[in-house]
Amino acid sequence: MLTIKNLHASVEEKEILKGINLQVNPGEVHAIMGPNGSGKSTLSTVVAGHEDYEVQQGSILFDGEDLSELDAEERAHKGIFLSFQYPVEIPGVTVTNFIKTAINASRKGQGLEDMPANEMLKKIREKAALLEIDSKFLSRSLNEGFSGGEKKRNEIFQMAMLEPKLAILDETDSGLDIDALKIVANGVNKLKNENNAVVVITHYQRLLDYIVPDFVHVLYNGRIVKSGTKALAHELEAKGYDWIKQENA
Amino acid sequence: MELKEKLLSSFLAMEQEIDLSAPVHAMRQENLKTFEEKGFPTKKLEAWKYTSLASILQPSYSIFPKQEASLELKEVKKYFLYEIDSYKVVFIDGVYSPFLSDTTHDGLDVCLMSAALTKPKYKALIDRYFNQIADTQDSLSALNTAFAREGAYIYVPPSVVAEKPIEIIHFSTGKQGDFMLQPRSLVVIDENAQVQIIERHQSLAEHSVFTNAVTEVFAEKNAQVDVYKIQNDRHDASLVDNTFIAQQRDSNARVHTFSFGGKMTRNNLNFYHQGEHIQSTMKGITIIGNTQHVDHYTLVHHAQPNCESHQDYKGIYADRAVGVFNGKIMVDKIAQKTNAFQQNNNVLLDDKATINTKPQLEIFADDVKCSHGCTIGQLDEDALFYLRTRGIPKKEAKGLLTYAFANNVLESVAIPALKTRVNKLIAEKLGVNLTHDL
Repeated sequence: MLTIKNLHASVEEKEILKGINLQVNPGEVHAIMGPNGSGKSTLSTVVAGHEDYEVQQGSILFDGEDLSELDAEERAHKGIFLSFQYPVEIPGVTVTNFIKTAINASRKGQGLEDMPANEMLKKIREKAALLEIDSKFLSRSLNEGFSGGEKKRNEIFQMAMLEPKLAILDETDSGLDIDALKIVANGVNKLKNENNAVVVITHYQRLLDYIVPDFVHVLYNGRIVKSGTKALAHELEAKGYDWIKQENA
Repeated sequence: MELKEKLLSSFLAMEQEIDLSAPVHAMRQENLKTFEEKGFPTKKLEAWKYTSLASILQPSYSIFPKQEASLELKEVKKYFLYEIDSYKVVFIDGVYSPFLSDTTHDGLDVCLMSAALTKPKYKALIDRYFNQIADTQDSLSALNTAFAREGAYIYVPPSVVAEKPIEIIHFSTGKQGDFMLQPRSLVVIDENAQVQIIERHQSLAEHSVFTNAVTEVFAEKNAQVDVYKIQNDRHDASLVDNTFIAQQRDSNARVHTFSFGGKMTRNNLNFYHQGEHIQSTMKGITIIGNTQHVDHYTLVHHAQPNCESHQDYKGIYADRAVGVFNGKIMVDKIAQKTNAFQQNNNVLLDDKATINTKPQLEIFADDVKCSHGCTIGQLDEDALFYLRTRGIPKKEAKGLLTYAFANNVLESVAIPALKTRVNKLIAEKLGVNLTHDL
């Protein structure tokens, strides 16, 4: 589904990604771990198509198609979703209105008509229930005055509504207490199926107790320096990142 | 003939028709003299540094209507807040339209300036209030006073709460050719009384319109007044709105100005504090493009202790549009414990759009809280990226973010139907398609 080959990317002339290789297939959950500043967020941002990041070498293929010429919204229309570490506040636009706008924009991008209102309503109710979101929450302004947990839950709600093929969850666990973490993880697990894939980006192993990865990759200094199974995450948790740094010094 | 000469000779023509012995007429003559001496303001004046009237003064305006014009309700219904019940004072080409209006004398007076200026029963109030706070040294206000004959007259007696808003609408039909309008309104809200007013100037066809309006508002003790100005006129209509508000103690006056249209709009909004514990609020949203020009020139004169003023203006400028914000706050020595807040935030959507923003604080008291701030920026790139990752195309995403930027000014709009209407207007201006909540 996602094939990243020898990806080098920079922002403001500074090279952050220095040759990433990654293959994500349908039905898989990948975790990308690594110390702060290793390039984790950059990787997700580049895949999602931020204009400020320049790909200097290598390629990102999604379902066989080269993404390099596509804008962020076009990538979204293809089925790539990025859950933000710091979602943006939009006063005056409710959660419901926002998700309707996003869904219909995506449908338009895919050459489809607007989703009928009753279908939309049904879907919103269903997905809100999945994430234990009440209706009052849906009529609040997007992310305005939301707690950290509410913001993340709202991100996963949007993911649930948009039903992406590939969801990249960037530090979705940061700022979450254990109850909120369980709700978010539970939501992700329920949305998971054999046709879609999830890439979880995290500093800590904690989230991976709930969203169990098939593969764990360690990103350090712009490269994937180690790949393994869930056991690698436990090893990192036990030893910290220092041994990775030493090995790659 | 130049507009100034035309106005001076038109004044002589008007004198043939009116009662020259009325005390108001002496005022008219005096104010005409001021206008004659000063003429139209030019960019040489500090207060008009960023706004030129030169092109506005070019057309050959008719000063008085040449022919009677009428309108069908269905032609203009959309300009009214028809969703709710309201009093209406409507003028077509400067002439009162009894057909489109809904005035009253039941509990409060919502009627015509022409009646108030001539009928004996209004004399005491006219003597007490008319032209008492309009700036007689300002040439445009003086010009309006010289020609003051028609507009809205509103009197809300003590402790009366107007049960529905009052809409004041001035239509210009184009049937008079290029046309100059000088409406003059007086609003008196007596002790403990309350009223909400919605004002609109609307041109209906291709022709140049130049409106030079003066509104005087008197909020007596503990009175409450809301004024909403909807400025969404055609591209060939220009407006100078001179509003003067005098407040007595414990009164609360709020003015919201929504500037979305017109060729050139200048809002001179002045607050004078004449008692303690007064609250004054000025809020504005400006959304313009092309070569449109909107200039907000506000003054709050804190002349008494323990008063508050609050200004919050947001501006969104596209293409080659020009915005001006000049917020003057004067705090007299006596006005201790003044709390004055001023904020002006702007977004420039294009390289050629301009905003000139200037706070002007003159503070002579030492125990005051005055804060001001202005920002000029582009949209937050990260926010834009966020929306785009949700599949929202760049243009729509920009619209949504500018909508969010402007939208919080609407929170204090106290008429829900109006809030919805303005909300829709903003969404429309910014190309945002927001369906209603389920």
